[in-house]
Parts: sequence; structure tokens; C-alpha cells
Amino acid sequence: GNMSAGSRNTEPWGGFDDNLIQGGSSAVIDMENMDDTSGSSFEDVGEMHQRMKEEEEVSAEAAAAEDDGADDGEFLGMKGLKGQLGRQVADEVWQAGKRQASKAFNLYANIDILRPYFDVEPSQVRSRLMESMIPVRMISFPQKVAGELYGPLMLVFTLVAILLHGMKTSGTVIREGTLMGTAIGTCFGYWLGVSSFIYFLAYLVNAQITMLQMLSLLGYGLFGHCVVLLVTYNIHFHLLFYAMWLLIGGLSTLRMVAVLLSRTVGQTPRLLLCGMLALLHMSFLLYLHFSYHQILEGLLDSLEGHNMAPIQRVVRDVPEVTLNATVCGLSNMEYAQLHAISAS
Amino acid sequence: MTSAEEASRPFAGLSDVSIPDIPVEGDISLPVASSARDDEFSTLDEPVKETILRDLRAVANKFVHVLYPKRSSVLLRDWDLWGPLLLCVTLALLLQGGAADSNDQGGPQFAEVFVIIWFGSIIITLNSKLLGGTLSFFQSLCVLGYCIMPLTVAMVVCRIVLYTASGKVSFAVRLVVVTASFGWSTFASTAFLADSQPSNRRGLVVYPVFLFYFVIGWMILTFSP
Repeated sequence: GNMSAGSRNTEPWGGFDDNLIQGGSSAVIDMENMDDTSGSSFEDVGEMHQRMKEEEEVSAEAAAAEDDGADDGEFLGMKGLKGQLGRQVADEVWQAGKRQASKAFNLYANIDILRPYFDVEPSQVRSRLMESMIPVRMISFPQKVAGELYGPLMLVFTLVAILLHGMKTSGTVIREGTLMGTAIGTCFGYWLGVSSFIYFLAYLVNAQITMLQMLSLLGYGLFGHCVVLLVTYNIHFHLLFYAMWLLIGGLSTLRMVAVLLSRTVGQTPRLLLCGMLALLHMSFLLYLHFSYHQILEGLLDSLEGHNMAPIQRVVRDVPEVTLNATVCGLSNMEYAQLHAISAS
Repeated sequence: MTSAEEASRPFAGLSDVSIPDIPVEGDISLPVASSARDDEFSTLDEPVKETILRDLRAVANKFVHVLYPKRSSVLLRDWDLWGPLLLCVTLALLLQGGAADSNDQGGPQFAEVFVIIWFGSIIITLNSKLLGGTLSFFQSLCVLGYCIMPLTVAMVVCRIVLYTASGKVSFAVRLVVVTASFGWSTFASTAFLADSQPSNRRGLVVYPVFLFYFVIGWMILTFSP
């Protein structure tokens, strides 16, 4: 955006030296800014964007002015070869410096773009964690969803740590690197994948929710999972797990379902969206608790057993042939005897 | 430069017209400057031994600062990544040894420890930047890396304990050592990092640091040769 704005501005500036034209072009940029911010649903985000746009505008003006200066320099440089050479070198140095500066500026700008989503207080995070367990029965009016990524990200990292712990204590014997990768992949995959999937569904059925809100909603929904898994990985007691699964997992799922219900219109879309989300969310908890390490163990067993199986079979095959013959003979005899008994 | 000034002269009045009330300011901050010290003496003609010894002394000095975390800016002003690299490689090698002994299974791999430490530090640093911290990227990496030292010491103690004793006593000793060093690491890093944060958000910055050292400490505790 920065570079394109700069190149757009240089053309009218190179052509005219008129103040009126300058004022006109900057007014156009202001209009664009207003368009951009009016689409945003968060006021502070809009303000940040506007401020950044304005900073970019200032830097673009400066860059354009310098470009102009370079052109003039070349024109003046026609008078003497020495002067032209010097100006060319200066121009190249300036271009390289500008490239570096714009790169550094882009890095800072990228951090600044993400910063509004991390703009929270500890008390806000605490209350949002609590609210993620409390379903609100207000369906007629769209419920508020805070678009924030600090809490969800930290919850996903916490879930990764808990999963690692669970895998280790459940006696999963597998290469640790795979454990780590699997845990991270599962947690981030679930968070990002299900969020995008539900967002896609919501887009299809015309529900009023943004991707950011979906990420935040599902991320905070993982708080229940963290609590349940932390307790049940340490206390191995199936009834306790089922109770917690229904109560805590159910509450956090209900909360998300209630939010989605309030933002969707129509019976079928509601059923589709909420049913899908509830199914995925509840079954993910079951999956993490039960089949996760069992599947890994099974995979490992099959890998381990692979090099043992042929040896065993070779050993077993030789007596089996003779054994089979005798067994067949025996079973035939038995069958005949049984037949005779039943006949008599 | 003169041509640039000439060219910008026609626009000197213009900038006042088009942007009357926008302050031209950025977000770039330089917490502690360290440039004035370097050009006082030249290090070109000194022996290599002296150079290496000076760097080693600087690293050792920072180790002392981590072991006795008082609020000073030495760790922040002259940041380096030698100490973190040294600690990280030592820890990874110590954790790797067990894995090689027992059929290459169960223990964490060298690469994994390495990746956890560096990527964990980077994530914590980005998080603190996003929350509005004023520390630069490498300063934060330096602090987080140096503060692994108590955990590395705990790892050495754990290996010695594992060689000498076994059973519940060994586990109890390891638990105590690892818990103490985990607390130490967290305390030391927050002592350095907390000053750069807005005071109301310290809890949010400390939580990922806590999780990071917790995972490392847990890996050390569950290590068995």
C-alpha cells in the first residue's frame, strides 16, 4: 500500500507544481482513508489504521519530493559531467537507502497492524475466560464478540503444553520430535481449520460474523478443553471425564452456539452452523482425551512390529503346515463323530 | 542533498497546507544507546586471546547478573547471543544423551530442544512487542536465553542425581531442584523484562514466559537416561 500510494502520487506531482493539485490529491487520500475505516467494526482499530495511513502519506510525500529532486538534479547535471556523475551516485545511494528504510518501515508497520488485536488488560482476559463458560440466552439480538487474539493464542499454547504432558504421562513411546510436532499441529490445526470452516459455512448461510470474531470465539472456547484435559490427564477416572466433558465442554460449546444463534437468521442455517460447531467441538475433546495417544501407540506398534513379523511368520509357517494337516484331519474326524452322534 | 533541498523548497509551504495538524512522528525507540563507547579505543591490533577473553568475561558477567537478578541494565545494554547459544547447546546435548542410550526413543531430540528454546523465545518477544513493550527484539531474546541458565544447572544436577541414586528419592530431589530453578528463571527474566512493559499488562507478558520455562523444566524433570 505504501509503495503504490507513492507511485500514484509522483505522477501528478511531476507534471504540475501547483498547490491546488497537491491539495486535491491529498484530499483524495483522505477520502480513501474514510472509506477504509468506515468498514471496520472496531473503533480503536480504525483509529490505528487511520493514523498509520497518515504516516504513510507523509512518508510518501517526502519520497515523492525527493524523487522530484532527483529529476531536477539530472536536468541540472547536463551542464557538467562531474556533477551528473555525483548526482547519479547520490541518487543510487538514496534509492538503496529508501529501499532499506521502506523494508524496516514495513516490518514495524506489520507489527503495528497486529497490535490492536493484542490490546487487552489482564482483567479483560480474566472476565472473557469466565464468560467463555457462561452461555447467554439472548438470541433475538446479536451478541457482542470481542475481536482479540491474545487470549486465544495463549490458550492454544497452553493446550499444546497440556497435550505434551498428557502424551508423556500416558506412556506414549514415540520420538519426542513427533510428539511436539503432533501436539502443535493438532492444536493450531483445529483452531485455524475449524475457525475457517465455520466462517466459510457462516458466509454461505449469511451469518453476521467476521473471521477475527470466529477465531476469538473458538479460541476462548478452548479454555474448557484446557481445564478438562488438565484435570483428566492427571486423574484417570472415566466417570469424572464424562461428567466434565458434559458439564464444562458442554457449557463452552453452548456459549459459542448461543453466540452463533444470535447472529444467524432462519432455522436451517442455524441448525447447520450450530450443529456442525457443537459436533466438532465436543468430539475434539473426546478425541484428545481418548483416541489421541492410542492412535499414536497403534501406529508405533505397527511400525515396531513390522520388523518382527516376518521372522515370526517364517518360524511359525513350517510347523503350521503339518499342524494344519493334523488339525484338519482331527476336525474332520470330530465332524464325522458329531454327525454320527446327532444322527443317532 | 542540495538538489533535494532545492526541490523541496517549492513544497515547503505546501506541506503546511496539505497536512496541517499531523505530527510527523514514528514508533521507533532506542532504549539504551551504546554507540559512544565503541570509538574510544581500537581493537584492531590487540591479540586474539585478549579479544576472546574479553568476550568471555562479558558473557560470564551476564551469567552473574542472571544468578543474582538485581535491576540493572547490563544485560540489556550489551546484548549478545553467545551466552544463550552456549546454554541452549549444553542443555540440548545433556537432554540428547539419554535418547541415544535407550534405543533412540523417548528422549527429546537435540533439534527439538533447540527449536523449542529459540522459537519459544521469539514468540514471547513478539508477544511482548505486541503488548506494547519497549525492549528491542534481540535484547529480549538475550534476556530470555540467559535466563535458561538455572534450568541448565538443574539439568546437570539431575544427571548427577540419576547416576548416583534411583527411585523415589531421586525423583524427589529432581523435583525440588527443577522447581527451584524454574522459579528462579521466571523470576530473573521478569525482573529484567517487566520494566519495559506498561505496568498494567505485566501479567499478560509473564504468562507465556512462565509457560515457556515450565515446558523446559518439565522436559528436564521427565528426562530419564
